[in-house]
Amino acid sequence: MKLVIAIIQPHKLEDVKKELYQEEVNLLTVSEVLGHGRQKGVTEVYRGIKETGNLLRKIQLEIAVNDNFLERTLKAITKGARTGETGDGKIFVLDLGECVRIRTGETGPEAIG
Amino acid sequence: MKLVIAIIQPHKLDDVKKELYQEEVNLITVSEVLGHGRQKGVTEVYRGIKETGNLLRKIRLEIAVNDNFLERTIKAITKGARTGETGDGKIFVLDLSECVRIRTGETGPEAIG
Amino acid sequence: MINAGDTAFVLIASAMVLLMTPGLAFFYGGMVRRKNVLGVLMQCFIIMCVLGLQWVLFGYSLSFAPGNAFIGSLDWAGLRGVGLEPYADYAATIPHQAFMIFQAMFAVITPALIIGAFAERMKFSAFLVFTLLWAFFVYDPIAHMVWGTGGLFRNLGVLDFAGGTVVHINAGVAALVTALYLGKRKHFPQAVAPHNLPFTVLGAGLLWFGWFGFNAGSALAANGIAVNAFVVTNTAAAAAGLTWALIDWLHNGKPTMFGTVTGAVAGLVAITPAAGFVGVIPAVLIGVGVSIICFLMVTVVKMKFGYDDSLDAFGVHGIGGIFGALATGLFASKALNPAGADGLFNGNPKLFLIQLGAVLFTLVYSLIATFVILKIVDKLIGVRVNEKDEAIGLDLTQHKETAYTVLE
Repeated sequence: MKLVIAIIQPHKLEDVKKELYQEEVNLLTVSEVLGHGRQKGVTEVYRGIKETGNLLRKIQLEIAVNDNFLERTLKAITKGARTGETGDGKIFVLDLGECVRIRTGETGPEAIG
Repeated sequence: MKLVIAIIQPHKLDDVKKELYQEEVNLITVSEVLGHGRQKGVTEVYRGIKETGNLLRKIRLEIAVNDNFLERTIKAITKGARTGETGDGKIFVLDLSECVRIRTGETGPEAIG
Repeated sequence: MINAGDTAFVLIASAMVLLMTPGLAFFYGGMVRRKNVLGVLMQCFIIMCVLGLQWVLFGYSLSFAPGNAFIGSLDWAGLRGVGLEPYADYAATIPHQAFMIFQAMFAVITPALIIGAFAERMKFSAFLVFTLLWAFFVYDPIAHMVWGTGGLFRNLGVLDFAGGTVVHINAGVAALVTALYLGKRKHFPQAVAPHNLPFTVLGAGLLWFGWFGFNAGSALAANGIAVNAFVVTNTAAAAAGLTWALIDWLHNGKPTMFGTVTGAVAGLVAITPAAGFVGVIPAVLIGVGVSIICFLMVTVVKMKFGYDDSLDAFGVHGIGGIFGALATGLFASKALNPAGADGLFNGNPKLFLIQLGAVLFTLVYSLIATFVILKIVDKLIGVRVNEKDEAIGLDLTQHKETAYTVLE
């Protein structure tokens, strides 16, 4: 089992969700985070003072998958989130030691779906 | 050392906290996220137009524990968060390779408590 | 003869009507996604600046200076000759400039109403040019025809107490045209959750408050007609808000906050042309009726035809305005206001036909003129933001600002 953590552009969330649903990956957690990579911040202007924020709004996705779903999950995220410009984001994959479904108490690969 | 990530129903947070404190698990990080599992979205109505949101408000807990605390942590979360209905949430367990207490610089199992 | 009470009343009413535009900004601003809220607030606010100038320089003269049946003239451009003495054709007991500034607030809020139709997808530059052209070529002529001396509808005896035709039908039809011209937002017809309904409720509250200035102030004197307008305005809003809540309850199982404020605003729109000519029972009927009709418009008709009137500017203001203008033709009573006329239910079918004619003319004129203006602006600078800017939101792409910080 793997835990996939992806940091993407906020405006690509809908596209990524669509791609994931097409691959039948339905279980995801979304949170709003601030991120900082190579991308230069969007310049905002407040009363004439330019401010280049170096932390940008990003969306973080967490998706727990069984090993045989990993590849298609990565592909779906990449396809949905890519614009070709800096700031498209990153995907991290971690080993997932255990998974528990709270309602039933099931554990392991069974509990992920 | 393990990192426990739990996604639970917002209205069960207090119950889960109570169970965790009883097991002397006091170190938690809480964030507000959107989640999507098998549960059907709650239908909202805007000017007569029904909208079934497919992402639902959830609470995410992050808890770093030493191995001997893992089982009771999972039990406490399960006990506090379970209603028996879909949408109760998931618990993920990841290996935690290092932990540093910023104040002192301590590392490893010592730093977790 | 200047009357101090009347002058004070009209100045205060003018300030109340001004407050409706920021009220509308919050009403609309709460309904959009949070990446577009400043875009909506800015569009409303800049209209206060742009139309505030256009009105004293040209708009007032084009609307109210003596001219032909369709448009005034430039005789009063820059307020030349519009002084502190009363101008009896419009208001005999207040300084001419008091009447002018009261009317200025109507000229400001009318184009602001249209914003609801193209929210979340119009270029700011195009919006500015469109709004200015619309003021010159749509608002000013229609205002002249209905209210100006020598105006077509004024001479025919059309009753529009406080701007149901000039303001709400006019803007509502323009809203439908812009919604159709700009096309749907990317996600439509999937609904998007309003990002801040408390803003919308705050805005509705400011609108309700300001509407007393709008309708009662339209008596242009602190007299019995103003009191009647005040009372029926409150009554219609109350009836319409409650009706919408009840429809929600029956139809969706719960009464919604959003529905209730939408109903109240629809009631305010519908009573506007009738406020000086009908009593309290017709006001209740108008309030109940408009909520039923507008509910059908925004839930059934909009979805069936698939036009993306983002915030229901047409569904509420256009339809509510048409309903109110026709209801005036039904319920108007000379016993209540001798300066008015009797409606169909008081034995005068002619008024209903005159009202219907004014509605149809305004509808057709606003439709054609708005379309032509959009076409011109589109050719010059393009009216719609590109897909990426729409996805990122108008706040950042049009104004380089964001409404809310994430941390801190």
